[in-house]
Order: sequence, then structure tokens, then C-alpha cells
Amino acid sequence: MSGSANSLSRPAGAAPARSLGEGLPALLGIAALVLVAWAVPWLKFVLTIALAKGIAVLGILLLLRAGQVSFGHAMFLATGAYTVAFVAPFQTEALLLLPLAALLATLLGLAVGLFVVRYRDIFFGMLNLALSMVLYSLLEKLYEYTKGTDGIRVSVLTFAGLRPERETQEWLMFGLALLLAVLFGLLVRAYLASPMGRALAGIKTRETRLEFMGVSARRVLLFAYVLSALMGGTAGALVAMTSRHVTPQLAYWTSSGELVFIAILGGAGSALGPFLGAAAFELVRVYAAAAVADAWQMILGAVLLLVILFAPGGIWGMLAGRLRRSA
Amino acid sequence: MMAWFAENSLLLGLALLDGLAYAALVFMVAVGLNLVFGVLRIVNVAHGSLFAIGAYTAASLGLFFASRGLPPWAGYAALILAACLVGAVLGPLIERLVLRRIYGQEEVLQLLVTFALFMILEDVQKLVWGVQPISQDLPMKVLGTVDVPFGEDVIPFTIYQLFVLPGVAVAVLAGLAWFLRRTLTGRVIVAVTTDKEAAMAMGIDAAKVTLLTFTFGAGLAALGGALASPTTSLVPGIGAQTIVLSFAVVATAGLGQIEGAALTSLLIGLGRSVAVYFAPEFEVVVPYIIMVAVLLVRPQGLFGVLETRRV
Amino acid sequence: MTSAITRREAMFGAAATAGSLLLAGGNAGAQTKPTELRVGITTFLSGAASVFGVPARNAAELIFEDINKAGGIGGVPVRAYFVDEGPGTDHLVGEFRRLVQNEGVHIMFASISSGSCLACTPLSDEMKKTTLLWDCGTQRIFEEGKHPFAFRTQGYGTPEVLAPLLYLLKHKPDFKTLAVINQDYAWGRDSWELWKAGMEALKPGVRVVAEMFPRFGAPDYSTEVTRLLAARPDVILSTSWGGDLVTLVRQAAERRLFDRSTFVLPVAEASMQTLGKTMPAGHVIGARGDHWNNHPKPKDPAKLAKFVEAYRAKYNEYPIYPCHHMAQAIAAMQAGFARAIAAKGGGWPNDQELANAFRGLTFDTPTSSITLREDGQGLEDQIVGLSSFTEKFPFAVPKDMIIFPAAMVSAPVGQKSVEWLKTLKPEFLAQVPAPVAG
Repeated sequence: MSGSANSLSRPAGAAPARSLGEGLPALLGIAALVLVAWAVPWLKFVLTIALAKGIAVLGILLLLRAGQVSFGHAMFLATGAYTVAFVAPFQTEALLLLPLAALLATLLGLAVGLFVVRYRDIFFGMLNLALSMVLYSLLEKLYEYTKGTDGIRVSVLTFAGLRPERETQEWLMFGLALLLAVLFGLLVRAYLASPMGRALAGIKTRETRLEFMGVSARRVLLFAYVLSALMGGTAGALVAMTSRHVTPQLAYWTSSGELVFIAILGGAGSALGPFLGAAAFELVRVYAAAAVADAWQMILGAVLLLVILFAPGGIWGMLAGRLRRSA
Repeated sequence: MMAWFAENSLLLGLALLDGLAYAALVFMVAVGLNLVFGVLRIVNVAHGSLFAIGAYTAASLGLFFASRGLPPWAGYAALILAACLVGAVLGPLIERLVLRRIYGQEEVLQLLVTFALFMILEDVQKLVWGVQPISQDLPMKVLGTVDVPFGEDVIPFTIYQLFVLPGVAVAVLAGLAWFLRRTLTGRVIVAVTTDKEAAMAMGIDAAKVTLLTFTFGAGLAALGGALASPTTSLVPGIGAQTIVLSFAVVATAGLGQIEGAALTSLLIGLGRSVAVYFAPEFEVVVPYIIMVAVLLVRPQGLFGVLETRRV
Repeated sequence: MTSAITRREAMFGAAATAGSLLLAGGNAGAQTKPTELRVGITTFLSGAASVFGVPARNAAELIFEDINKAGGIGGVPVRAYFVDEGPGTDHLVGEFRRLVQNEGVHIMFASISSGSCLACTPLSDEMKKTTLLWDCGTQRIFEEGKHPFAFRTQGYGTPEVLAPLLYLLKHKPDFKTLAVINQDYAWGRDSWELWKAGMEALKPGVRVVAEMFPRFGAPDYSTEVTRLLAARPDVILSTSWGGDLVTLVRQAAERRLFDRSTFVLPVAEASMQTLGKTMPAGHVIGARGDHWNNHPKPKDPAKLAKFVEAYRAKYNEYPIYPCHHMAQAIAAMQAGFARAIAAKGGGWPNDQELANAFRGLTFDTPTSSITLREDGQGLEDQIVGLSSFTEKFPFAVPKDMIIFPAAMVSAPVGQKSVEWLKTLKPEFLAQVPAPVAG
């Protein structure tokens, strides 16, 4: 199954020469994001969501590095989002809600992770799917608490004790998402370059060799899994605070599929990939929906199909290829 | 505990009958998915779309036959015809044009290609068949009902659900088992499922086998849809719900295992119907709970064989 | 070479479109008369609920075409922007912002799904954009907060459940047992809570023999039908709709469940065409309003006939209730703009002036007239009847209809529906009007 050498298997940040190649695009990307958010106010919202999803996709990226696909990762996103929704009536401070949501998602990630890291490939994917569907069903069934598919409205939040105007608040959320995206991006790069991170690739290629070397594959995978849950929870909290409404749809299997979709669209070769992918995904969806409200799904599907068939390295793969050629 | 069983034995009997029909439908979809996975090693998300398209085609054909004044029995011909049509047209089309290009790629890419197909086909269904519920229940109606005694009362069941659905499922199971074990083509498929590299080394044309298997799997998905169509109404989104349940069946059954798919479908079907009677709130979670429980005990699935670990 | 050029052209084209989308707008809130009146409409174009969303969009396109032929609203042609509710709330709230901030819509029509409405209504507050809630039914909107820019141009859950309950109590007063089978989502749960509160107040002591909430979009109800056959309740309530209701009725009819129990189906109307003759006669059916094709005394019969015929001619089916709800929202929009423009002496209203015009507004529908209360809730009459077949329609329509005045079956302003329903007394039944013959 491992077979062809495409960008998925290429470790990011492994070679110091490559890391220089990521810094400039990242800075340019940040500048472009801020510029667009400033020039087109409503896109600020779309981009905040994109940044948040990008953070969740970073987690998918970690697992992909180990060759594992979680088709249920939306459960951590949903956990983070519902934490915000449940706690917001009692504690409106965004700067407290965010770490709390991340913490709960991390704990869930640890509990689930202890169970699922024993499995590989389709079993790993399907178990994640099953558990996320259980969460989805609970969010839908426990109507008394979750209001079912109606979802919960997140009340107005405070930031460091202040309750800013809508415009300021939108900027705050955008800035917060951007800051966290940069932090997690750096963290993931550092992690992937560390021995723990490199061992992930070992799980993908020849797991038994890892064990011969005295490395516990389960522990390596568990660490990555919990980290990815942490990022999923953070992303969920950001989504909830931005859209200010949470529904069980967040945990449905198609939402998890979307996250994997974004990972591939952006390219799994770099920590920048998820953000490129998320921005592209959200923008394509918004514009496709505006152009043909009836068939946006078909357009997204076609984009995905074309990317996989003709640019399996994703957007980052294309960009990196171009940069390398021109250099 | 015993007292509870004694008290509810009649209801449990009813739940058993209901569970059988449901299990039959689940099996029809899951077995195709499992077969395809066994040979292609691809979890085909678009399998759900093939189910939906099979159902829609069957309903359209059935309505067309009925409008031409053909006898009600022609509805059954419509079901079979739809399955063959969808399998023979879409199966090779998808395998040749899309899947063939990604064999040997990362698993996640293969999975996502079928996810992309699923998204495209969802909208295709909507463009072709619209959004209003479509139903064509002649095949169910023409057989009528049969009264099942229930204490002093009787409960009418449709013959279609009580006999036709489980009957077809058993026939498909037996037919598949015979085909895979007793015919040359079937054995070739099994050989590829068990060890693709060795099979190819022995001169088996893997390309032909994958094409054949995928077409066959697509036909089974369409047949599942066609068989479900007389009892349900077809609306956008039925594919998404069907496929996620089939995933659970495949993982619980063990990869490529037909008997496993049958047993898991039965477990899920019965578990679900018992839940509807005694704990309706748990109905939706039952398949996943069964799956998690099975995999806890048998990590390779009910009938799966542990794969040798590569060094 | 040619292919390279076409590709470049295509990319240029795409870039130009994207650019115009990116940088258009910015004129929201302008008070000079615009060149077009932009209406943002959220509706289901994908997923199971598109059985409502697409016919409603069709109705909107039909009516806007007519309005524009007649010179638009206040002399301004109308342009609609449709947005799909299908992809979920986070997408929808983004789209809401896009329509308001980028496309510069003058008014929003929000949502079939209650979840979408609950998410969009606070946005209308924040963005100060008049929003007509054109189809969602949740009572939570106006009972859990004030929304100065939101107005619901049709009835809501409470009257839509209470009217069929009152009808049942008149039609079959001596029932003793009841079972419920609703879709497992907000409407299914809420409607059951409302029904239970009303039933316990108006007829205490009914035994509930089964409470089932099969998952939304379930493809098969045979197990549930078996359970209901075995339990033999006098009455079976189901507020299900769309494909779910069609499946339930087909499977239940085939197995003669309709012979054993009386069904109460408050949202039946939209499925009657699909079911055709399969729908058994003699069961209680509702329409989420009064817009039945055989309305016994429509306020403007010519207008109703014209709408129905125009819709049939164009789409080859009868309009269903979401089409009427869309028509109501558009009628409200016309009346609201007319009022706002008149109040400004012919000038074009700003957002606040437009919202002011909707408070207390009364507008005509083909069948009746609807008044928007001070809390924003519209008062729409409810008609409930028994399914029956006539020469005129190839599907079931109600007979022995009772027209429930909206004010009678709606919770008063400032009261929560469930609490209000609990205060009802059995004597309340005396107020129920007599059935209309026909």
C-alpha cells in the first residue's frame, strides 16, 4: 500500500534547507489573509472559519504522517464547540473558554486514543467513524440538554473582561485564529522534526522495525492522536465562537470527511498545507454556492477529484514544485 | 431476567421478524462493499451513491412499466434490470476512468477519490430525479400481506418484507459462496483478496479481476437499492445514511468476509429491532456499539484473519 | 495552442467573476432608491429537506417574475439570491453575512430549518437587517428573546400542534390510548412536548403506549409499524413530513395500521400529492396553515386559483405549503415596503425604517390575511380536517374542515407555549368553531 513516493510521505521540516522555503510563503500567506479580511469584511468570517478548520486539519496531518486516516475527527471539533456552547452561559470569557474546550477535547482524545491506537488502517478509520457517530447520535438524542439538531446558540462573549463591538469582535476572533494557527503550525513543524515525529513515518512504512528499535508504536501514535485531538478541540472552540451557533452536524461523518478532504487539497507535505487547503475549500464552497446553489457539492467533488488525479501533492505540492523549479 | 423474557417473548418474536427484513437490506449493501474492499482494498464511499442510483432507477423503470400497462409482476423485472443496468454502466465507468488511476497510491487518496465521486453523484441524483420523494411500491403491494399470530391478536406483515427480502439475501449469500468457492473466476477473486502479489506472480490478470469485482459490487449495491425501493421513499441523502451503516458492517465483519457480513447484518438488524421495542432511544447507536464491542474482543473483525505484519 | 488560449481565457473569466464577487457591494444601507431590490433567501436546496426548499424556491421565482413584470416593488425590480441551508449552520451564517455585507441585500428571508432560524435571527439583530422568517416553526425564537429586526410571516409550532389536537378532541373525544412516532429532531421533539402539554390539560388521563423518535430520514419503519400494530393505540400522532411521512404512511397503510388506529398528521399536506390514493381516508390532516387547495372560503378565490394554476403550469405539480409560506413572505415584503415608502412620503426606507414598517403589519394572502404581532410573530389561521377524496383532486384533501382563528390557538405575547398550554381547561373546547361543510 505504501508504494509510490509522493509528497505525503515526505517529512516536512526534516531538512533545514526546506524550512526556509516555508517561512516566506507563510509570511506572504498571513499578509494576504489580513489584506483580504480587511478589504472584504464578510470574508473575514469565512477566513476565520478556514483558519480554525486548518488547525483541526493539522491534527489530521499528523495522523496521515503515520499512514492513518481518521474518518471521525470531527468528534473533537464538536467536543470543543459544544464545550463553548455549554459553558458560555456561565462563563463568557473567551480566553478561558478556549483552553477549557481544548482541555476537554484532549481528555476525550486520550480516552479514545488509548482504545483506537491499537488498530491500523481501515479499522482505525472506521472505529473513529463509529465513535464520532456515537457522539453525533448523542448530541442529537439528548434533546433535553443539546436541543437536538436545532443546536445551541452561543451567547455574546467577553475578551479579557471586555465586551467589544461586533466589528472589533470579528477582528479579535480573526486575530485569535491566526495567532493560534501560527503557533500550532510551528508546534507541528517542531514536533514532526523531533524523534517522536519522525517515528510516526515509521508506523506508516514498517511498524515492526520501530518495535525492534525499542520504540512503542502505540505510544508514538497515541501522542500524535492526543495532540490532534487538542488541535481539533481548539478548532471547534474557534468555530463555535465565530459562528456563535453549534449543531450536531459538526460531528457528522461528512464533516470528518471534509477535514480529510482539506488535508489532501492543501497537501500533506507541509504544515502550511492545511491552511492553504482550508482557505481554498471554504472559498470554493462559498463561490460555488453563490454561483450554483444547486450543485456546489458536485463542484467541490470535482475539485477534489482533479486534485487527487492530477496534483496528489495538493496545493502546497504545486506551490513547492513551482518554487523549487524557479529557485 | 427469565421472567422478563417470558413476559416479552411474543414481542421478541415480532422483533425477530422485523430484524430479519432489515438485516437482509443491510446485508445486500454491505456484502458488495466488503467484496470490493477485499479485492481493491478501497473503502468505496460512492457505494452509497450506487445504492441510491439503483433504487431510483428501479423506481423509474417500475413506474415506466406500470405506465405501459405491463402486469404488476414486471415490477420485479424492473428491480433486476435496474441492478444490472447500474452495475454494468457505472461500475466499469468508475473503475476504468477513476479508480484505475489511483491503484497503488496512498490509501487516503483512494478513499477520498470515492468521497469525491460520492459528492458528485449526490448532486447528479438530484439533477436527474429531483427532490420530491419518489416511490414505486407495486412489487410490495402485489404480494399482499400475511397475518402472523400474536397472542389472541394477529399482526399483518407484508410478504415482500417477510419472505422476499430475506429470501433474496439468502440466495445472494449462497450464490456468492458458491461462485467464490466453486468457479474458476470466483477462486481467482479469492486468490487476489488473500494475496494480491502472489496471485499476480502466478499470472492472474489483476486488472481484469478488479474490473469484474467492482462491477459486481456496484451491481450488488444497486440491487440493494432496488430491493429497498418498494418499501421506502427515495429522497436526496439516502446514500449517505446507507453507506455509513455499511462501513460499520464491513469493519465488524472482517475484511472481504461474506459470511461475516451476513452475521454482522443479522446482529445489527436484530439489535436494532429489539432496541426499537425496548429502548428506542438507543436504536441509532446499536450498530456502532456492536462494532466497537466486536472489535474490542476481535481486533480483526468477526471473521477476519490477522494479517502477517511486514518487516 | 488553442487549448492554452482557451484555458487562459477561462482563468481570466473566473478571476473576473471572483473579483466582482469579492469587491461588489459595499452599498448596503444606502437610502437612495436602488436599481434593484435584492432579497437574500435561505432554503434547502440539498438533502432531505429540499423536498420543501426547492418547491419554495420555485414559487419565489414564479412570483418575483410576476412582480417584476408589473414594475417591481416601489418601482424597483426584485432580484433574489438563494442560499442552500444544506451544508450546515457554520456555512449558512457565513452566507448570511455574505448576502448582507457583500451582495448588499435589502431584506433577508430566513430558513426552513429551526436550527437555521435560531442561528440567523440573532444575526439580523447584529446586522440590523430586516429578516422574514418564512417557514421555520420553532416557538423558541420569539419566546426566548426579542428580535427587533425579525418577523415570522406564518404560524408556528404551537398553533400547528394545538389545532389538530383540538380537532381530534372534537372528532374522537373518547380515545384512551395514544402513541407518537415523530422524527428525531427539534420539530419532532418540540411538537410532542407541545402536544403532550395540551393533551394533559385538555383531556387528562390518556395513556401514552409508545413514544418513538426514529432517526430523521429513516428509510424503513416496518419495525415501528409492527410495534404499533401490536400496541393497538386508539390514536397515533406523527408530525413527520417529507419522505419520512410518505414511507411511514405507505408501510402503515399496506399493513392495515390505519384500520386499527386513527392517525393525526399535522404536516400531511405536503405529502398528499406523492401519496395519491395510498393515503387512507378519515384521518386527521393538517397543513401548517390554512392554504389547502380546497379551502372552503378563501378570501380571494381568484388569486388562489391564479397562483395554483400558474405554479402547476410551470412545474407540473400542485404547490405545497412551503410554496404558500414563500408567497406569504413575499406578500409581507410587498406590504412592508409599500408601508415604509408611504411613511417616508415616497422615499426609500433605510434598514430601521423598513423594520418599523413590519411591526403590526397586516397583509393579505390568497386565503386570508395575516397580522404580525408586536413580538414579530405572524397570526396565521389553521385549517384541519379529515382526509377524503373528491372528483377534483387526484390526492387526499380535507373534509369537515375546522378553521381555527390564529389568535385562539397561539400562545399570547410574552408567554411560553408549553406553560400556556398547561393552563388550558377542558372548557376551552367549547370555543372551537363548528366544521365547515364541503
